[in-house]
Amino acid sequence: MTLPSPTPAGPAAGPADAASREWLRRLGDGGRRREEAVAELHSLLLGAARFEIRRRRSELAHLRGGDLEDLAQQSADDALLAVLGKLEDFRGESRFTTWAYKFALLEASVKVRRRAWQGREIPLEDEAWAAFSDPRSAAARGAEQGELLAALREEIEGGLSARQREVLVAVALNGVPIDVLAERLGSSRGALYKTLHDARRKLRAALAGRGFGTEIGEEER
Amino acid sequence: MSEQMIPLSRVLGPSAPELTCEECFAELDRYVELRLAGESADVRVPGMHAHLEGCPACAEDFRSLRDLVAAEAGEKRP
Repeated sequence: MTLPSPTPAGPAAGPADAASREWLRRLGDGGRRREEAVAELHSLLLGAARFEIRRRRSELAHLRGGDLEDLAQQSADDALLAVLGKLEDFRGESRFTTWAYKFALLEASVKVRRRAWQGREIPLEDEAWAAFSDPRSAAARGAEQGELLAALREEIEGGLSARQREVLVAVALNGVPIDVLAERLGSSRGALYKTLHDARRKLRAALAGRGFGTEIGEEER
Repeated sequence: MSEQMIPLSRVLGPSAPELTCEECFAELDRYVELRLAGESADVRVPGMHAHLEGCPACAEDFRSLRDLVAAEAGEKRP
């Protein structure tokens, strides 16, 4: 693993707490002091990655303990590179360790989701429509909800672009993790969420145009 | 899937303005510490709450960081 070179880090004012300032000083140093800090940071990131993988163990029931540890090590390695490469982005608005942990948790959660879906097909569109067309669902929700569901289905089928429909159906209807879909489509979480967001906004506007309230779905929260 | 009703909120997402995933990740550490300190996190990081309602992946990352930092604080407490 080739680590990024040390760079002067942090905002001019620096973080408020002494421990975070000390992390930045040690990581910005050269030589042995930096090596020790990097090793210590890796150990913290590994702990965070293990924490995340333990939480998600049920998603990876088919993996053995050694495989899970490999996943944690890979996550910590990738997170270390990300943290060291982005030290200048640390604004000191949280503790340094809190800021660093989020990289390890992200690496681990994305790896777990992708491993859990490895070899699985993304559910087809047709499977998702059942929940909207099922008359028992409409009956259970009442006549008004039935009309709303019918309108929503029409708008999803006819009012969205193919890409918007694909992302909405996979993520919102079929529960496909957005990171898994991003990997399959060669995209990113942020780009796909933007597509999902635009699709949702379009649907809300279309439903409002049909006379349904703008706070649809809010009562379920 | 056909046996379950999908919540409309999952399809339509939040109605309030929300952060993007990139903005959410940039603010996540600050937001978590504000939440754990009992500060007005949702006021100081506008759009975060709505995004966490709309994005399951970012919401999971939020819960993980919150729980990890809380657990670590618990271990350090005398």
